[in-house]
Parts: sequence; C-alpha cells; structure tokens
Amino acid sequence: MSMSNDNAIEFKHVKFTYPDSKKAVLKDVNFVVKKGSWTSLIGHNGSGKSTISKLINGLLLPDENSDSKITVLGTNVTAENIWDIREKVGIVFQNPDNQFVGATVGDDVAFGLENRGVPRQEMIKIVRNVLSEVGMLEYIDSEPANLSGGQKQRIAIAGILAVEPQIIILDESTSMLDPSGRKQILKIIIELMKKKQLTVVSITHDIDEANMADSVIVLNYGEIIDQDSPVKIFNKTTMLKQIGLDIPFTNKLILALDKSGVSVPQNLRTKDELKQYLCQLNLKI
Amino acid sequence: MSKIIIGRYIPGDSLVYKMDPRGKLLITILFIWAIFLANNPITYAIITFFCFLAIIATGLKARVFWNGIKPLIGLIFFTSLLQLFFMTGGHVFWHWWIFSISSYGVENAIYIFIRFTLIILISTVMTVTTMPLEIADAMEWLLKPLKIFKVPVDEIALVISIALRFVPTLFDETLKIMNAQRSRGADFNDGGLIKRAKAIAPILVPLFIHSLETAIDLSTAMESRGYRGSAGRTKYRVLNWSKYDLISLAYFILLVGLLLIFRTH
Repeated sequence: MSMSNDNAIEFKHVKFTYPDSKKAVLKDVNFVVKKGSWTSLIGHNGSGKSTISKLINGLLLPDENSDSKITVLGTNVTAENIWDIREKVGIVFQNPDNQFVGATVGDDVAFGLENRGVPRQEMIKIVRNVLSEVGMLEYIDSEPANLSGGQKQRIAIAGILAVEPQIIILDESTSMLDPSGRKQILKIIIELMKKKQLTVVSITHDIDEANMADSVIVLNYGEIIDQDSPVKIFNKTTMLKQIGLDIPFTNKLILALDKSGVSVPQNLRTKDELKQYLCQLNLKI
Repeated sequence: MSKIIIGRYIPGDSLVYKMDPRGKLLITILFIWAIFLANNPITYAIITFFCFLAIIATGLKARVFWNGIKPLIGLIFFTSLLQLFFMTGGHVFWHWWIFSISSYGVENAIYIFIRFTLIILISTVMTVTTMPLEIADAMEWLLKPLKIFKVPVDEIALVISIALRFVPTLFDETLKIMNAQRSRGADFNDGGLIKRAKAIAPILVPLFIHSLETAIDLSTAMESRGYRGSAGRTKYRVLNWSKYDLISLAYFILLVGLLLIFRTH
C-alpha cells in the first residue's frame, strides 16, 4: 500500500502495550481513514478502541520495538512532532465534565487558543464564532455547573473547532448523553463535517451512530476483524453477535421477519428501503 | 440539581461591584493593616466610620454582614474577655485570684473587639462582592512579583481556577455517592459522633477515587488541547482597572491620612 494523499489517517502494523501490562492491547492493527470521511470504530469494552484514538494524536505512542507506523495527514507520528499533530487532531472525550477546563464557557473554548498563544482580540472573535456554530453563544458567560451534559459536549466541540483541526475524533462522546443530546451532537458534527471538510472518527457503542458512518471498523481484542460500509457490516449479524455487539433495529427486524417466514431480499438494508418493502408486501397480501 | 454557589458571592451592581478585583483585594489587605494604626478612641471611631461607609457602598442588606460575623462571634468575645481579665495596668477595678479588671484591660478588650469585627466586616465586603474566580485572578496578579524567585505563579493560578471550577462537580458527586449509600441502608444522620464519623469513610473513599479519575481525564484532555505549561500562553480573561479603583484609592489615602493625624504618638 503506497502513501496516498487522500488518507487522513494510516495505521500500519500498529502494536501497543500499556507500560504496566504484558498483554498487548493492539496486536497488529492496519487501517486507513480517507480524508473527509466518517469512520466508526466499534467493539466491546477493552477491545482497544480508545487506545486507537489516543495513538492518533500522540497521547500514546506505539511500542518501540515494533514496526508500527502511524501517519496522520501525511506526517509520521513521533514523539518529536506530537504537538504539530495535536494542531490537526481534536478529540471530544466521553465525560462532559472531565474535559471542561475553563471556569466559564468562554474560558473553556479559549483554552486551546490560549495554549497556542493567540492574541486576545483574535481569541474573542474566534470564541464567539465557534460558539454560534454550535448554537451556544448565549451561554458564553455560563458556568459548567449550570449546563447539561449535551451542552457541555457542544462546548467541547466548540473548543476543538476554535483551533481549526482537520480531524475530529469522537471518543464515545455521546455515550453519557440522553437521546436528544446525542441526536443534537451528531447533527452538529454532520453539519460541521460538510462545512469544513472535516474527517471524523467516531468511537462508539451506539449502533445508530455507527450507522451514520461511511465506513465501520470492527475491533475485537486488539485486532481489526472487519472494515466495510455500515450496511454490509450490520448484515453480518452472526459475527456481531459472536463478539457481543448489538445490531441496529432494522437488522433485528429483518432477523425476526426471517424467523417468522418473511424473508426480506438481501439488498434492502436501510430503514426507508425496509419500510417501503413492508408497505408493498402489505399491498400484496 | 440545585445551583451551587461557591464562596459567599452575592450578585449585585453597586459601586463596589464595579471595582477591579485586584483593587478590592489590595485595598482590603491595606485596610486591615490600617486598622492597626488606630490606637485611641478618635482613630478607632474614624476607621469604624470608614468601614461602615464601605459597607453602605455595597448596597447589600445588613444581614449579609451579620452572617459574616456570626460564626466568629464566640472567638471575638473569648479574645476580648482574655484581654479584659488578664491585662493589667492602670486603675484596677476588681481583683480575684489571677483575674483582674483594670482600666487598660477594659480599653484593650474594646479595641480588640472593634479590630476583629472590622477585619471581618471589610473582608466580607470583598468576598460578597467578588466572585471566587475574580479573587483567584487578583491573587495571581498580586503574586506576580514572585516570578523572579521562580515561583510558578501561572500554574498556581490555573490550579486554583480548576479547583474552583470542580467544586460543584465534586459536590454533585458527593451527593450521588451519599444517595447510593443511603439506598443500601447507610445512615448519616443518627448515632453518636464516632458512628457518624465512621459513616463518612464510605463516602470519602469513592469520592477520592473519583477525583483521581477526573484528574487523569482532565490532564489527558488538556494535553490533547495543546497545553504544555504556561510558557507562551496568552490570556482570554483579563481584568480592567476602572475609575472606581481610583475613588477607592483616594478613599483609602484619606483614611490613612486621618489616622496618622489623630493617632497618639
């Protein structure tokens, strides 16, 4: 596989072991994320999903005595250039509270800008811009204690947008939110992705979130066992069940229909397609 | 979830609120120093008058300031009584065993009482009109000269601001843990002192573990957002001096002038 400029992230033979453990978390991980695409990483707890996100922006570095190679936007991630990499990669973490650094919304959004030494006048402009992009401008002086989890995650996204990254990683960012908060966050990410040509990597347990991706990577005990479009991945119900992952409602319905003698054609896999098919079926009966 | 207010800040819009927190902190410290300049009835009367004017300028109810004094009232009386019974000198009114009440004692007891009360009142003026975060900012400014001695003032300021920001978060967590323990039959309100103290351990241990986890998460988030120490950082939040700081400075200079004129040399 030659280096291609279309790739935002490339993992080649990546091996990672935590310092205090003997067992490798990632054994031999290879994958590619295309620029401007949305890739979902799914897998059960401890499969190494979050480790991958931390490897992408150099919070962790792969095992030294391996031929691991991680390339982000054409640059090889090494201990020397992790700060340059972090300019391009933003991570929205799982816990809304534990990533809120500032005393107020404005302060928190400005944190990344302060770290980069952006002049104050410019900072004020950027903070207001990104806050309006996530629809939180009116909360600029609010304290985190008065915000909901979903609102805090929107602030986290704004804080990352402020430094204009090219890649956004959602590290289970919606898992602690209620359904409406979750929907809102995903809606914002989709809009921003189109507007700013962002590359999105979402690490998730939420099957509906994974379903929105262009490509899904399935991880099991530190190994990638499949990478394909969501439609194809979620059709492999036996594989998903075997490694203990949930399957989307549509696929569950197809399975249930199958059991009761109604076989749905293989090519109908999205919600709308299925709905149409069932309506037509109803007419036939 | 109820809104938790850290410190004693009460929102308002009077003269004192418009002052820069740095000015307020500095004047408060200097005012406490000035209290010790007073050494006779006239100077004590002057400084008490100035202190009450400052209280009126806050535009807050008297109850706020009474609440500031209330928890310390016992200590104030105790210290005054010590002065009253043990200070000797001047005319002796009453004497029994090691106790005696003398004119010096009476005078000093009253002075100590006034001093204590004024210190509490003037610091209350500051703490009720300034948000904890602003006080932290002001402290950072005051500590800046220590940078010469390689004291990491910026880091200390960041630590304080993060600590303040996490008070409500940890408070919520404490309530959650207490409710979880209650639902399993823990009882925090009954029993003697020892039993109650023992009931606290099952709250503290998970709370402690939780704060460590939070700290690890937060440091990861900070690093991933490009935090690499205070060198080269710019500031989003800045403090601005206003004309009200000049007014308060003039007010303070007037006070010190009067004290210096009328104090006994």
